Amino acid sequence: MQNYSVYASRLIPKREPFAPGHRACIGCGEALAVRLACKALPQNVIIANATGCMEVVSSQFPMTAWRMPWIHTLFENTAAVASGVESALKVMARKGVRPDTGTKVVAMAGDGGTSDIGIQALSGALERGHDFLYICFDNEAYMNTGIQRSSATPFGASTTTSPAGKMSIGQKTWKKNVPAIAAAHDIPYVATASHSYPFDLMAKVAKGVAMPGPAYIHIHSVCPTGWRSAPDLSVRLGRLAVQTGVFPLYEIENGRYKLSMELPEMKPVQDYLKLQGRFRHLTEDTIREIQQRVVEEYEKIKEKAQ
Amino acid sequence: MGERIGIEVSQAIAEAAMLSNVDVIAAYPITPQTHIVEHLAELVASGELDAEYIPVESEHSAMSACLGAVATGARTFTATAGQGLELMHEVLYVASSMRLPVIMSVANRALSGPLNVWGDQSDLMSVRDTGWIQIVAANGQEAVDNVICAFAIGEDRRVLLPVMVHVDGFYLTHVIEPVIMPDREEVDRFIPPYDYPLPLDTEKPVTMGAFAPPVLYPEAKKAQDVNLRGSMPVILEHWDRFGKAFGRQYGPLEHYRSEGAKTLLLTMGSIGDTASAAVDKMRDEGKDVGLVQLRLWRPFPFAEFRNAVRDADLLVVVDRAISFGGPGGPFCSEVRAALYDEEKRPKVTGFIAGLGGRDITVAGFEDMVARGIEIAETGTDQEYEIYGVRE
Repeated sequence: MQNYSVYASRLIPKREPFAPGHRACIGCGEALAVRLACKALPQNVIIANATGCMEVVSSQFPMTAWRMPWIHTLFENTAAVASGVESALKVMARKGVRPDTGTKVVAMAGDGGTSDIGIQALSGALERGHDFLYICFDNEAYMNTGIQRSSATPFGASTTTSPAGKMSIGQKTWKKNVPAIAAAHDIPYVATASHSYPFDLMAKVAKGVAMPGPAYIHIHSVCPTGWRSAPDLSVRLGRLAVQTGVFPLYEIENGRYKLSMELPEMKPVQDYLKLQGRFRHLTEDTIREIQQRVVEEYEKIKEKAQ
Repeated sequence: MGERIGIEVSQAIAEAAMLSNVDVIAAYPITPQTHIVEHLAELVASGELDAEYIPVESEHSAMSACLGAVATGARTFTATAGQGLELMHEVLYVASSMRLPVIMSVANRALSGPLNVWGDQSDLMSVRDTGWIQIVAANGQEAVDNVICAFAIGEDRRVLLPVMVHVDGFYLTHVIEPVIMPDREEVDRFIPPYDYPLPLDTEKPVTMGAFAPPVLYPEAKKAQDVNLRGSMPVILEHWDRFGKAFGRQYGPLEHYRSEGAKTLLLTMGSIGDTASAAVDKMRDEGKDVGLVQLRLWRPFPFAEFRNAVRDADLLVVVDRAISFGGPGGPFCSEVRAALYDEEKRPKVTGFIAGLGGRDITVAGFEDMVARGIEIAETGTDQEYEIYGVRE
């Protein structure tokens, strides 16, 4: 990856459906993830976007960063809006109201909009089998409203509603496993991805959107503002999350798990945690606890992938 | 010309949506709306209606899916009631502010708690300010005709607003009424094809639902209000067109023996039929009582309303919803507000009755009129009275 820029110019499409000039923070991993995902999508795509960071930074009237048809309505209903778009395209093509151009539907939401408030709409849409791709951009808290904890916030992280203190280690619960919940709907394609592995991310997005039926991709997105990390470390932090096993990259295709990359040697979680202010307060005991859990979870996925 | 048949009003509403050639239906079951969405599901299953039926997991998602479908360019219908309308609440504002003409029938129902599935208009009043055009049907025929009119009105490029057709739960939804069902060809001629000006389309990408900071939000809201108020002449135009095409003429208000009456009963919805029977009885007894029913709740027909009550001395307004601790039933409050600036205005007395499916009988209307006259003569220190409640 040393010569990324050399390869990128040849391997990554030049077009920018998610245009530059938006208002994301410096070092925003989520904006990078959205940009890469959009490059991997075909041109005939309609986006349904949840309320959240990406909506706010990209769509202040009368400006827009979206060079594709894009709709935002509310926070928790993105999968339902996408259901309506997909059904409309289907029936209009059938009735000859609008020509069938094979337009695809992609829903985008953050971790709060997916794992908490939007999980009912997501579950409904996955269960009904709409032909769409749902992408969760997971920056591990409600960053848009000011770094409040979500069910996707990792254990031990200090947020504004799970602050570390004399009586608190920060977030008291382990990160909700939304990819597994999505997979439990027996949908054809589930994957995890990271903006720090752009080719892997783009390949998964291209695969998910082409797959008939519902697909779900969970993209780990570094947030320097909320994680209290240096903006220039976002790509490195994304890689460390994968290399430590904190955020394993895998696919679940028709129920079969497949690791996207083997980790012959897992880096210690401390390498990942120590670069982030949200974990600064953790004791060695807690870090040991996290290390143990990460290894266990990674082993579980490895086992499923065999 | 359509044929007059005996049909359950819910089924008739479903068939009206079918006759309107709806493309997408997203619905979640709730009493007393279920027969509408069940019949729509049957019509799709039998092939009589070519539509996508999305059996969503909640009313919130029902309205959200409708937004997506309408924005993509499909004609869209849903139905709900009571708690379901409450769960949709925030989505309703988005439909109107984004100018997405979803058409919805609401089987009006009481709100929990205590749990009560029966009819009143608490749900209707709770969505008063959502920016939808709201038509209140008094009987099955009105429900059918106004579902058809709703598509023509809402999708009109001069309007582009969502429309609710309110139908009293059980009192209308679950009764079999004689209804003239229009022919498909007649309805086809009446409703132009849905042609949303800027749909979600990859050929011409648009950003829908951009956010507005304080520097723009008030302008957006004023534009919305101007638009809703401005829909009035278009609504009347479509009602007139409907009258000419189908022989049934609708307006914002319905009058029954109200000409020159000194006392007027004011109602919304199906209780108007019972009220008209009460008016007949009181007229037979020599009492000077008439009835005005409101059909168009939003936009509120101020001019027509003021004109309709101009010669009365007393209005007896019957609400089927409470504004707890407020100035009266929401309908009565609006009536008072609409008249406040008039130089000559009738006295207004407000009654709340028929909550949670409690019947309002002919005798009930007679009682309320008698009590209204008494209050007008002797005065009262209460803003409103809740009628027929055991103490």
